[in-house]
Amino acid sequence: MTVQPLLSVRHLTTEFQLAGKQIARALEDVSFDVMPGKTIGLVGESGCGKTTTLMSIMRLLPASGRITSGNVYFNGIDLLTLSEHEMRAHRWKEMSIIFQGAMNALNPVMKIGDQIREAILLHNLMPRNAAEQRVGELLELVGIPRLRRDLYPHQYSGGMRQRAMIAMALACSPDLLFADEPTTALDVMIQAQVLELLKEIQKKLGLAIVLVTHDLGVVAEMCDDVVVMYGGKVAEYGSAELVYNQPQHPYTQRLLEAFPDLSRSIDSSTDLATIPGTPPRLNALPPGCRFSPRCHKSMEICTQIAPDLIAQNTAGNAQHLAACHLLNKLEIKNS
Amino acid sequence: MSRRDFLLRKFLLSLVTIFVVIVINFMLFRVLPGDPVRSVIGRNVRISAETQQALREQFGLDKPIFPDQFIDTIGQWAQGNLGISWSLRRPVSEVLMSKLGNTVLLIGLGQVLAIFLGVTLGLLAGWKRKTAIDVGALTFSLVAWAIPTFWLGIIFLAAGSAWFGLPTAGIMSPENTGKPLMTILPDLARHLFLPTLTLTILYLGEYMLIMRSSILEVLSEDYILTAKAKGMSDWQVLWRHALRNAMLPIVTLIALNLGFTVSGAIYIETVFSYDGLGKLFQTALVKQDYPLLQGAFLLLAVSVIIANMAADILYAVLDPRVKES
Ligand SMILES: Nc1ncnc2c1ncn2[C@@H]1O[C@H](COP(=O)(O)OP(=O)(O)OP(=O)(O)O)[C@@H](O)[C@H]1O
Ligand code: SF4
Ligand SMILES: [Mg+2]
Repeated sequence: MTVQPLLSVRHLTTEFQLAGKQIARALEDVSFDVMPGKTIGLVGESGCGKTTTLMSIMRLLPASGRITSGNVYFNGIDLLTLSEHEMRAHRWKEMSIIFQGAMNALNPVMKIGDQIREAILLHNLMPRNAAEQRVGELLELVGIPRLRRDLYPHQYSGGMRQRAMIAMALACSPDLLFADEPTTALDVMIQAQVLELLKEIQKKLGLAIVLVTHDLGVVAEMCDDVVVMYGGKVAEYGSAELVYNQPQHPYTQRLLEAFPDLSRSIDSSTDLATIPGTPPRLNALPPGCRFSPRCHKSMEICTQIAPDLIAQNTAGNAQHLAACHLLNKLEIKNS
Repeated sequence: MSRRDFLLRKFLLSLVTIFVVIVINFMLFRVLPGDPVRSVIGRNVRISAETQQALREQFGLDKPIFPDQFIDTIGQWAQGNLGISWSLRRPVSEVLMSKLGNTVLLIGLGQVLAIFLGVTLGLLAGWKRKTAIDVGALTFSLVAWAIPTFWLGIIFLAAGSAWFGLPTAGIMSPENTGKPLMTILPDLARHLFLPTLTLTILYLGEYMLIMRSSILEVLSEDYILTAKAKGMSDWQVLWRHALRNAMLPIVTLIALNLGFTVSGAIYIETVFSYDGLGKLFQTALVKQDYPLLQGAFLLLAVSVIIANMAADILYAVLDPRVKES
């Protein structure tokens, strides 16, 4: 029996309304699967749509954002067809999120423990005293003494706040955790600790994680699959091993070159910004392949027709897809 | 610095400020022109020079201002003796106390209504930003905030009395003085209606504007997104997470405004001939009743200082981040 994906994103397209009737298409035709208990990495330069992907899935886009097409299946249910009321029951109980730069993600005038307990009580998971008990357990799980539940966020260090966020994200035992660059605001030592904690927790609780990061070292260490995004589209997608060892898309290749030594583990601070040029502006996207202005292998067709995401030859049932004209020899011949 | 130290320091600071105010208050009325004795006896020029001198001695006015008069005065003030009103010939403290209730009733009512309506309106406007509610509430508040008290008061006075037959002066009809409170409530309400309405409209704008910008700021915070992601409804997010944070600046504003209760009453009470502290001060000013004015100044200053202290303390209670100033 094949395992069904926990989350299945299909052809997700999201637009933002800009000032003066302009529309920015932040995501276009994004598809990927998250298998139960696995970790999938979402990588790409700043502005490529990683956060927008997560917000679209959880339906937490700001008022200016709109999902124009696509499906988001969670355990077979299309979340995009649910009413807001129905959607609320899914949030946190089945999927929780640690926001990017989450230093201010906790309410400054509420005790940490109360904020965690609130999540449990909101979904009617257990009576109040049991919930209080669980708050203590959750805090201990992330390495915070339970007595500190009565402190306020400003009394926690950055690393502790992020741990508390993780504890809160686990409060309702979700099947899926989105972690949007969970370590960017922290210093290097703490970054490593927090990632270690995430790994441990996944081993213990068996939940699936979607990890957004700039750091390819982290992906190599933690992820089963990788989605490489560029300009709101999926450039390459597949098992982490294949994408690393046989990168097919020129963008992925440049990313990996810009990050030469993967054995340098997670405390490396090498960024993706080392590829010459800048990502496209969403309201001035180049025609054809979005990477073409920066691509060292760009051909004529690249500036005219957008390449499709196509499956690469892989042994066994590991999957590997990439969107580049170079990979479709047939198309090149025809043009 | 612990919270207790913080509060203690605020308290001591307030005491020091009150002392400074007392000194200034004392000095101010010594350097003002005019001879107290002449003022008391008024136009009665037939009082002999000897009698005048005797009066001076009796009131200690022949002694040097500092330290004798100063220490003497502070001692008297400390016992609640603020001197005798020249125009009313009654102890200043007694006069002040007799009007305090009326003013607190009027301003308190206006403030409570303004706070409630202003905060609610600001909350709605910020939450439903850029909708008709927002634009309407914003325009109304800006206009209301900009209107001078006496102007709006006079308009309401004219309109209220001409079209609705509402009373134009006082706190109750003369024939009702002394009757039990329960029987005169409707009459009291009719008298209070116009000044309260004026005050409510005047104060409301400020609360609305502050609340609106405060809630807008709070709603853009990360923890609001966290609350939504937890599965809360908009109302729950607003009620449990946004409101308390957004109320922080309002609480300070309320406390500070309460400190200006007495001074704020001057215009409104004058326009509506309402028998409170504000009108009393206006009279004292016109009649150059220095002891009464001195008492009034003291009351004004002390209430502002106490309100400031209350604002600090309240803020510290509501916001756990407050540690040091
Ligand atoms: N509220 C918004 N209104 C308009 N455009 C937006 C909005 N939010 C995001 N965008 C645009 O959508 C694109 C994708 O943004 P997103 O935040 O998803 O990128 P990201 O990959 O998470 O980047 P980063 O690594 O910097 O977090 C960007 O070009 C951004 O400018
Ligand atoms: S399609 Fe062309 S421009 Fe785009 S990545 Fe491939 S070679 Fe480069
Ligand atoms: Mg992001």
